[in-house]
Amino acid sequence: MSGPNRYLPVLACALCAFLLPALLAATKTAYLLTQLTMSAYYVLASLGLCLLMGYAGQISLGQAGFFAIGGYASAFLSKANLSAFASGRIAGLLEHVGLLVRGADAYGNAILSISPWIAFICAVLLAAGIAALIGTPVLRLKGHYLAMATLGFGIIVERIVRGTKDLGSADGLSGVPSFPILPGLAVAGGKALRASNFTIAWLVLALGLLALVNLIGSRAGRALRALHDGEEAAGAMGVDTSRYKLNAFVIGAVYAAIAGALLTHYNGSIGPGEASFMKSVRYVAIVAVGGMANLSGTLVAGLFLNFLSLRGVFGRFDDAVFGTILVLVMLLAPSGKARGRAGSRPGLPVFRRRGDPGG
Amino acid sequence: MSILRISGLSRSFGGLRAVDGVDFDAEPNRITAVIGPNGAGKTTLFNLIAGSLRPDSGRVVFDGSDITGLEPHRVARRGISRTFQAIKLSKQMTALENVMLGRHVRSRAGFPSGMLAAPWTRTEERSIREEALRTIDLLGISEYRDRETGALPFGIQRSVELARALASEPKLLLLDEPASGLNVRETRALGELISLIRGKGISILVVEHDMSLVMDVSDEIVVLNFGRKIAQGKPRDIQANREVVDIYLGEEDA
Repeated sequence: MSGPNRYLPVLACALCAFLLPALLAATKTAYLLTQLTMSAYYVLASLGLCLLMGYAGQISLGQAGFFAIGGYASAFLSKANLSAFASGRIAGLLEHVGLLVRGADAYGNAILSISPWIAFICAVLLAAGIAALIGTPVLRLKGHYLAMATLGFGIIVERIVRGTKDLGSADGLSGVPSFPILPGLAVAGGKALRASNFTIAWLVLALGLLALVNLIGSRAGRALRALHDGEEAAGAMGVDTSRYKLNAFVIGAVYAAIAGALLTHYNGSIGPGEASFMKSVRYVAIVAVGGMANLSGTLVAGLFLNFLSLRGVFGRFDDAVFGTILVLVMLLAPSGKARGRAGSRPGLPVFRRRGDPGG
Repeated sequence: MSILRISGLSRSFGGLRAVDGVDFDAEPNRITAVIGPNGAGKTTLFNLIAGSLRPDSGRVVFDGSDITGLEPHRVARRGISRTFQAIKLSKQMTALENVMLGRHVRSRAGFPSGMLAAPWTRTEERSIREEALRTIDLLGISEYRDRETGALPFGIQRSVELARALASEPKLLLLDEPASGLNVRETRALGELISLIRGKGISILVVEHDMSLVMDVSDEIVVLNFGRKIAQGKPRDIQANREVVDIYLGEEDA
């Protein structure tokens, strides 16, 4: 992972963001853009996990929980009807500065709601806050225990969203308003917005990847990789290992929450399935098959597998496919060692057995 | 003034008093060796100083300030760097990257500036690299710098670990059995290296089993047995000390 080469995947994503819509339109396959847009958001969540699990060596089976927190919080806040307070002076002031916006609900009734920008930012901050809160005790655990604890967290999030009436219970939230990012550019569904949303998603993905590529090559990234191999030695070299692990955990959660929120505005809905254990397994499987400490591997594996899954290629065996992939990776290349030197090679790993106890 | 003052330091594991009321001073710019038979409490003492273990009682004063019970990374920031008896390198990182990690306490780019690749971090990263290369050069392991450390010969791994510790420009260097696993020639080279490091104004505390190395390089020797200090003095005095010869040196002759 050195030299300007490491920025190639970032560049590739950014180029695809602009070129693919035209290319697919030319080949009359523009309908694929929808799944490619959704894939980009799912991959963003996997990239966050790649930092935590691949580089810092801390497994999390709760990534879907943070994805759902981002999606649900942004959906709930941007849908909330504050009309009851509309006459108040504070509401007027907030509306004046753009924090509240007027719109109409599905039945055409006028409503006053929180600006999607504010909803989005609050959602991401909420996920970051929750990650910081639970990360402090949970990251003292290692290996299987950490896996169990994060698994528990993911299940708690799923049960909460499933059991909360205001979050739509088993149906989830729908009718989530579009998210106008710039004048004339909104994260939203609909055929007319398909190409522009693909570009937004892939640019967000490219930016997210860029930040992580930068981080991995920096002083903090070196410290994370070092604590992966041995916390005692990293600590003896002055690395505050608890703090670094927590930072990686929070960054992973923020990536998931951004992805969850944007995908929810894009789809116009979110359901409790996004918080499910099998979704978390999916994120882990993608990082594992990408070669663990390998951002480009995660990128390629994630885009490929999510796209196939969203196209329905795996049919009813969708979850089984990801479960199988995870089992195979754990059997054949448990620590992603099959990758090239220091994660320099992009792409899928060539499976090769290595006597390594770590997982 | 001493660079390190250990007073009344104790630590038990269950009923075993691994370190039992140990006192000694390490003088600045000197090589102080801690010796003793297996199980004498040498490594425990080391871990108490480096912060890997908390003492039950007693104090560790470094460079005039109390560092008793500080976490390892805080001890490191005060200017104490260490190596491990069982080498602890990042196996998936190159030798150079491992040594660059040694510059952690001497640099400050955090997560936000790392993610944004802030321009000033590039300057800092360059200086981290240059310092690491200089240290690698000093230890004569330049040819291995781009190799992953897991694949390097044992002796080279020891040198990489030493380079990593040195790269932090410590005031005090803790060496935990640096000669273990080295052959006679490598041990002699290590002795020269340790003297060279002292010549740079770094104080050294070394826990060691290899008597030839200890007698060659040490300025002062502290002898532990069953967690207690039983003797302290110049190598000459220790070699002449009846009790030490009986319990420790004699044991090796047997």
